[in-house]
Amino acid sequence: MSGASAVEVVGVTKTFNVGKPNQVMALQDVSLSIRPGELVSLIGPSGCGKSTLLRLIADLTTPTAGEVTVNGKPAHQARVDHDYGMAFQQAGLFEWRTVARNVELPLELRGWDKKRRRQQALDMLRLVKLPDFADHYPWELSGGMQQRVAIARALSFDPPLLLMDEPFGALDEMTREHMQAELVRIRAATGKTVVFVTHSIPEAVYLSERVVVMSPRPGRITAVIDVDLGGRDEDTREDAAFFSKITEVREALRAVEATSPEPLEIGAVRGVDDR
Amino acid sequence: MTGARWRTVGLALLGFVMLAVLWEGYKWFWGAVDGSVLGWDLPASGDDTSMPHVWTVVERFGQPELRGSERTVGAAVLAGAWFTFRMAMGGFLIGVVVGLALAVVMQRFRLAEQGLLPYVILSQTVPLVALAPLVAGWGGNLSLPILGEWESWMSVVVIAAYLAFFPVAVGALRGLQSPSRASVELMRSYACPDRKTLWKLRFPAALPYLAPALKLAAAAAVVGAIVAEISTGTKGGIGRLIIEYSREATGDPAKVYTAVIAAALLGLLVAGIVTAFDTVAMRNRPKETAA
Repeated sequence: MSGASAVEVVGVTKTFNVGKPNQVMALQDVSLSIRPGELVSLIGPSGCGKSTLLRLIADLTTPTAGEVTVNGKPAHQARVDHDYGMAFQQAGLFEWRTVARNVELPLELRGWDKKRRRQQALDMLRLVKLPDFADHYPWELSGGMQQRVAIARALSFDPPLLLMDEPFGALDEMTREHMQAELVRIRAATGKTVVFVTHSIPEAVYLSERVVVMSPRPGRITAVIDVDLGGRDEDTREDAAFFSKITEVREALRAVEATSPEPLEIGAVRGVDDR
Repeated sequence: MTGARWRTVGLALLGFVMLAVLWEGYKWFWGAVDGSVLGWDLPASGDDTSMPHVWTVVERFGQPELRGSERTVGAAVLAGAWFTFRMAMGGFLIGVVVGLALAVVMQRFRLAEQGLLPYVILSQTVPLVALAPLVAGWGGNLSLPILGEWESWMSVVVIAAYLAFFPVAVGALRGLQSPSRASVELMRSYACPDRKTLWKLRFPAALPYLAPALKLAAAAAVVGAIVAEISTGTKGGIGRLIIEYSREATGDPAKVYTAVIAAALLGLLVAGIVTAFDTVAMRNRPKETAA
């Protein structure tokens, strides 16, 4: 456990409904270390615990065993200190607040004064290329735009870490690729550490420095694949190296299926799509 | 928007006109067939004692309440409506506060929801007629720190509140529980204390659920106030007037209808006030017609 890690997960096990008939081991003895400034994707079929792992890092749930350290402190302390921003599959904007006031929400909770948080919100909206929509309401925006506002909100208080739970999962293919490119750009501009949960193999490969492949029942990390494609741009998507990494991740996911202790339900691995 | 509003007003007026036409139409038909069709008696008598003409009722508003008295029926009914309006509003406000408080407690503590909700629902099955004398019985026995002696109008307010709190409690509870898991977790990720989550997330999210609940509560408060006036024998309100005037119905049939119309208008007025509040509170919310 070096203080230099952005996220340190050591021997974490998470069991739901302990002692009840529906007891489920969502994660078993998972360890993962994420360097500052790194983008790590968590990928795997439904039920592999990738979202649970993200929620453990966020201290939205607590491990049954093991330890989670964020920014060198216990996950709970990191949450209290606002060390991370979070984005979910649903943008989850508050419909009664304007776009700018949505971005201001975390600043409001931290007690920033009105003028300062407005200024910060406008800066963030410029970062996600929505400066003209500050006074619109969320329901006037498209899904992709709403998700950008959610990212602006997650970044508004300048946390070193960004936790994203399938943030582009509900978007159409075109918007999705566009948002991926936007995330690459935003990350280059801000230098944030990002933990990114996804169902999509190309998305994981395109965005990440490392792809963490997980398997279900119980959730474990089965492979960690380094993705060294250099700077990403639209040409990356047509690069031979990009495709060979996609193949590598796909094969790692197939291996999950092959080594699974019990037969997987049909479609369990299909939960990971090839988009 | 204004066009739509005029439409609403126009439709409401049209409704009144239609009602008057139906009333007079029935009277005419009843007279024409002499009260029975093919040997079957019509359900309601359409003679001038049971169903006075619309214009007779309208005229009655301008005439003296009793022979020789200075006050017109209109003035008496207006004074009664004002009294009942205040009772209903008092009951409504208390009902809203109590209902919201219950909803917050039930949302906050699951155990409270399981323990309280059945009683909240049970409370509405107690017949008002049984409850009213009980509350009225506090008079003379109960002395309050600020309000002093328990007076009969307080019983009316309490009974109105008793009816009004229920839709608020149920509607607000649903509303407070309406935010998605992601929204609640977002607030948790900010380490936002529950009290602040209530203000910043749960209350605003509950507003769309609260609007119809408040309308029901307002209507219930008016009904509660009128019934409570009657069953506690409280003087001064529209409920009391309905009872007094109905005793004169054989000799002066139009009189009781003035009070009935006033009670109906009172209900509309209260519903209108709540709707206006709703329109203001919801002005920036997505409209169902919005693309």
